[in-house]
Amino acid sequence: MEHLYEMLKQVDGYIYPNEIELHWSILIVLYPYITGLVAGAFILASLERVFKVEVLKPTYHLALLTALAFLIVAILPLVSHLGHPFRAYEIMTTPQGKSAMAIFGFIYLWYLMVVLLLEIWFDYRRDLVLWSREKKGILRRIFKILTLGVTDLSPKTVAWDEKLGYIITVVGIPSAFLLHGYVGFIFGSIKANPWWSTVLMPVIFLFSAMVSGIALVMFLYMAVSWIRKVKIDMNCLDEVGKYLFYVLVLDFTLESLDQVHRIYEAEESFEILHLLVTGKLTYTLFILQGLLGTIVPIVTLGIFRIRKPSEKIRKPLYLMSSLLVLMGIFFMRWNVVIGGQLFSKSFLGFTSFKIGLIGMEGYLMTLVWIILPFLILSFFLWLIPPWKKHAEEIV
Amino acid sequence: MGNERVNETRRNFLRKSAVLAGTLLASSASQPFTAMIFAANQPDKSKPWYAIGIDIEKCIGCGMCAKACKSENDVPKEPFYYRSWVEQYILKNDGTLKVESPNGGIDGQKQSVPDEEIFKTFSVPKMCNHCEKSPCVQVCPVGATFDSPEGVVLVDDKYCIGCRYCIQACPYGCRYLHPEKKTADKCTLCYHRITKGLNPACFEVCPTGARIYGDLNDKNGVMHKFLKEHNCHVLKPNLNTGSKLFYNGLSAEVR
Amino acid sequence: MPPQLKTLLPLLAVFICLFLVARHFLIPESFGKYGHYRANSMDEIAALPIHYAGKSVCVDCHDTEAAKLSSDLHSGLTCEVCHGPGAKHADDPENNKLEKPGTREFCGRCHSFNAARRTEVIHQIDIKVHNIEKENCIDCHNPHAVWEMKE
Repeated sequence: MEHLYEMLKQVDGYIYPNEIELHWSILIVLYPYITGLVAGAFILASLERVFKVEVLKPTYHLALLTALAFLIVAILPLVSHLGHPFRAYEIMTTPQGKSAMAIFGFIYLWYLMVVLLLEIWFDYRRDLVLWSREKKGILRRIFKILTLGVTDLSPKTVAWDEKLGYIITVVGIPSAFLLHGYVGFIFGSIKANPWWSTVLMPVIFLFSAMVSGIALVMFLYMAVSWIRKVKIDMNCLDEVGKYLFYVLVLDFTLESLDQVHRIYEAEESFEILHLLVTGKLTYTLFILQGLLGTIVPIVTLGIFRIRKPSEKIRKPLYLMSSLLVLMGIFFMRWNVVIGGQLFSKSFLGFTSFKIGLIGMEGYLMTLVWIILPFLILSFFLWLIPPWKKHAEEIV
Repeated sequence: MGNERVNETRRNFLRKSAVLAGTLLASSASQPFTAMIFAANQPDKSKPWYAIGIDIEKCIGCGMCAKACKSENDVPKEPFYYRSWVEQYILKNDGTLKVESPNGGIDGQKQSVPDEEIFKTFSVPKMCNHCEKSPCVQVCPVGATFDSPEGVVLVDDKYCIGCRYCIQACPYGCRYLHPEKKTADKCTLCYHRITKGLNPACFEVCPTGARIYGDLNDKNGVMHKFLKEHNCHVLKPNLNTGSKLFYNGLSAEVR
Repeated sequence: MPPQLKTLLPLLAVFICLFLVARHFLIPESFGKYGHYRANSMDEIAALPIHYAGKSVCVDCHDTEAAKLSSDLHSGLTCEVCHGPGAKHADDPENNKLEKPGTREFCGRCHSFNAARRTEVIHQIDIKVHNIEKENCIDCHNPHAVWEMKE
C-alpha cells in the first residue's frame, strides 16, 4: 500500500478519496486487446470463407488458429485480475441480466466451443482422420481423440464438413461482433464516466478490433513464412493490406467523429477531458495511437492503393505497418481504460497510474500474457500445420 | 406511379387515436411519477424506505461522522478507503475553486486559505446515496450488490468476485475495494444498526444535527419534514440515479 | 443425419446437462428470494458487530452526567461523539475504559475558527490564543456544563 501514499502526493487538483487507485489496470487493457485480435482475425478468415475472397486463402487457417490461440489466453488476465478468481464461476451460474459483463461467460464459451473449435474441427477433420492413420505412437492417439470418433471419409460426409463449417462461419461473424462489441458496451454504458460513455464505444471497439486482428494476421503470415523459409504470396498480402487500409480509415473516422462531437458539444466534462488529453494522455494518444499507430500506416497503405512499389519495398513496409497498428491499437485500449480512470469523477482533478515490474498486474505478467498466445499458436502450427493438410484427392 | 388514390385519412386517424388512447390507458395503470425521486418505485411497500438528508448550512466540518463511520464499520484506517467523508469547498475571491478533503476529514478540517481570499466556503459531507435506480447495482455481473427491500444498497461480500465494475459505475465515488476482503465495499447505512432500531453511526455522532435519515413512506417522519421545509438537491441529477441523499443548501459548485 | 452431427449433438446435450447440474449445486440457497441476490446476506450484514452503543445506553449508568448535560449547550450531543465508541465499555465497563478528551485540538475540531462554519450554528474561538496560560479547554470548562467554570 506504500505506492498509494506515493500516489497521494501526486494527486493533481481534487479527487474523491476512494479514487486514488486505478481499479482496472494493465490486465483490463490487455483483455479487450486480446479479444479484439481474436474477433479481427476471425473476421478476416471469414472474408475468405463466406465472401469467397479466394486470394486470402493462404491466411485462412493461420487466422483461425491465431484466433483460437489468443482466445484461450484472453480469459486469463480477466480472471487473474478479479479479487476472488475462484468465484468466477458465479458469472455462469447467476449472471445478472442487466449487466453487460454478465454476458462474458456465455459468449466466451459459445465463441470458443461452438464457433472456433467447431469451425477448426470441421475444417481439419479429414486431415485429423488421415493423420491418425499415418502417425505413430502418442501422436496417433492424440489425433484419434481429436477426431471425436467421426472417421468416415466418404465424399458425402466430407461435403457435410464443408457445409457445416460454412454455417458455423456465418454464425461466427455476428458472434465475433458480440464477443468484442459487448466489451465496448461495458465501457460505453457507464454514464458515470464521460470518457467512456458514448454511443460510439462498441462500434469503435469493434472496428479497432478488426484493425488489430487484420494487422496481426498480416504480421504472423509474414513471420511464419519467414520462419518456414517459404515465399510469401504477395497477392494475398496485398489484399490483406487493402482490407487493413479500408478498416483503418473507417476506424480513424469513427474515433475522430467521437472526439469532434465531444469538442463541439463541450458539455460539463469537456474541460477535464481536454486537460486529460492534452496532459497525461499526450504521448499515448497523439503520438503512439494517433500518429504512429494510425496516420503512418494509413498513409503508407494508402500510397500502395495508388501506386504499388516493388515487392522489396512493400514487404518491410507491410511489416512496419502491421507492427505499428498493433502497437497503436494497444494504446487505444490503454487510452480508453487507463485514461478513463486518471481523472476524477468530480471533474476537478487527476490521479496517477503506477505499474510495477512484478506482481499480478506488473510488466512481467503482462509480457507473459502477450507471449503466451504466440507459444500456443506455435504449438498448433506444429500439431496441425495448415501447409501439411492433405490435398483433395486422397481418400 | 399509380393513379388510384386510397382513402387513407379516416383509417389513419382512427388507428393513430387508438394507439394514443391505448398508451394513455396503459401508462395510467403503471406507477405514477414519484415527485421527490423522478420516476421512482419502492421495491417493497410494506417495509420502510430509507432516505438521507444532509443540511450543508448546519455542517461545521468537524469530521466526526467520517471518523465514527470508520470505527463502527471496521473500515481500513488508511486514507484511501472511505464509506463517508467530508469535503471542503473554498471559492476564492479570484474566482477559482479549491476543494479538499485531507484524510477524508476524519481528523477534522483546518482552514487552508486566509479569510481575506475567501469568497465563500462550506463543508459537504459525502456518503453513499443509496440510489433508487442505482447504476452500481445495474452493472454487477453476478448479483453481489443489490437494493434491499428497505432501499439500502448493500454488498454481499461472500458473493462478490471483485471485478470492480460497480466501483467504476458509481458516479459519486462512494465505493472502494476492501484491501483485505478483496471485495467491493461501501456505506451500508449501518444496516446492522438500523435493523436494530439504532441510528447509523454518522448520524448518531453529528453534533449539529446536520445529518438525518428516515423513512420516505412515513408522512409524519423527519424525511418528509426535511424535504418540505428545505429546497433540496441531489448530486448529479442529470444522471438519473434516483439518489435518495437530499442536500439542503447545495451550492452550484459541489460535485 | 451426417455422422458429425450424430456425435456432436449428443455431446452438446451432455454438456448442457452437466452445466445444469453444476448450476444447481453452485447457486446458494437463498439466492433469488427477494431479487437477484443472496437474501441471507442481508441477515449476515445485520449481524455485524456494533461499536457505538447510543446515548440511551450510556445514560442507563451515567445518569448524573446525563442530567447535568441535559440542561447544557452540549445537550444535543451524543456521549460517544467525544468519548468514542462505547459498546465494548457498556458490555464490560471495568476493562474497556473510554477517553475523556478535552485538549484544545480536540475541542477545536468543532470550535476553532473556520470560515466554513456558520457562527449561528456553533460558537468559535481562536484556540491558539484563548486563555493560553491554561493547557486544555477542560482545565476551565466542564464539557457537560460548559459555562460552569472550574475556578
